[in-house]
Amino acid sequence: MRLLTHNMLSSNIKGVEKGFPLRIEAEKVVEKPVEMNADFLRKMFEKVEWKAFVEASRSMGYAQLPEEVDSGMLESDEFLSRFHHALLELHLEEGALVCPETGRRFPVNKGIPNMLLHEDEV
Amino acid sequence: MTFFLVAPIFCGKTRSKQLRTGFDSRYLYIIAEVDTAEMASYKENRTAQIRLVSSHDEVYEPCDDSFALVDALLADRTNLLEHCPTMCMEIGCGSGYVITSLALILGRERGGVNYIATDINPNAVKVTRETLDAHGVDAELILTDIASGLENRLAGLVDVMVVNPPYVPTPEDEVGAEGIISSWAGGENGRRVIDRILPVADHLLSEKGWLYMVTLTANNPSEICLQMKKKGYASKIIIQRSTEEESLHIIKFWRDFDTTVDEVTDQSLTGFLGSLLAQIPLFSLWRGSNSNDNC
Repeated sequence: MRLLTHNMLSSNIKGVEKGFPLRIEAEKVVEKPVEMNADFLRKMFEKVEWKAFVEASRSMGYAQLPEEVDSGMLESDEFLSRFHHALLELHLEEGALVCPETGRRFPVNKGIPNMLLHEDEV
Repeated sequence: MTFFLVAPIFCGKTRSKQLRTGFDSRYLYIIAEVDTAEMASYKENRTAQIRLVSSHDEVYEPCDDSFALVDALLADRTNLLEHCPTMCMEIGCGSGYVITSLALILGRERGGVNYIATDINPNAVKVTRETLDAHGVDAELILTDIASGLENRLAGLVDVMVVNPPYVPTPEDEVGAEGIISSWAGGENGRRVIDRILPVADHLLSEKGWLYMVTLTANNPSEICLQMKKKGYASKIIIQRSTEEESLHIIKFWRDFDTTVDEVTDQSLTGFLGSLLAQIPLFSLWRGSNSNDNC
């Protein structure tokens, strides 16, 4: 699971109001390089919730992202490369995503988050 | 010169259900397209290869319906490339055949596309991962019911969505059952899961979003198109295929505020010949607008 996906996931438990972001418990993180596409990064920049993204990247062991950003930074190759790395090259293989409101753990196995709910959570 | 050999196909979700409920087996006929070598290799490189698709007892194997959906995507390839999607999604990935094919159809020419696929069956996401790996393409996989967990943040972001839903009419209690049954069980008129997917698709699709969906005549596709029209979608049946057991319609939906419900392909070629010709990728390239590299 990439951090881009993590940034798109929120707790789907019935009644939860503040289900984003899910806290990451990282047991196994893997880095897989992939070719950078600046256009794609610029588009994603508009959609990514930055604070959640930085926090998540720290949970994955990466601390090179700036706390605050503005679109001007997209001109910088250095920034783009760090953004690219954190967004697309870090994978949570084993661990869990934790609902910020209920503490319920959604396991992540072989890079796949399990968001299936139990009957009483639907 | 291209020859087509079309024989009855005993495949698809209806057949899968019959096999499970112990009907007599009949043998499988295969659609054979005797293409020129060029066209065959074109198709081979553009879609997932069956020999590389992973499998599991509890996961629906690619069949007629899967092939029809991928053929629809192939037929629309020029439009898809020009469309420059950023985010593509499959709901119900099964073996991974469709999402893998979509990634291959779009992938090489267009870097920077993100793929997401979901399934409710844990074995399906596992098999999809294997299929993706075998073809050297990648997608983010999530084990979930339709798009549960993604609805808040992914709203309005999906540019291309593909769905081959559980469309077979079945008793209500089979809907959402564990394992492979969930791949075909569609409840009354096969519409239970489709009717849950459509509002989610509407919510997730971007302004320019396109939805490709497999339906059966029994699902009442015209009524589906009418419902979607009320939400502001135009629609077109890209491919129609009839077998002894199933009559499949692959529908494309897109947002259009001057919508008309259109059941004819855009080249006014109807009936058997039309759907046959719609299956030739090169033919649709001739019909389509000029391709270009700009996104």
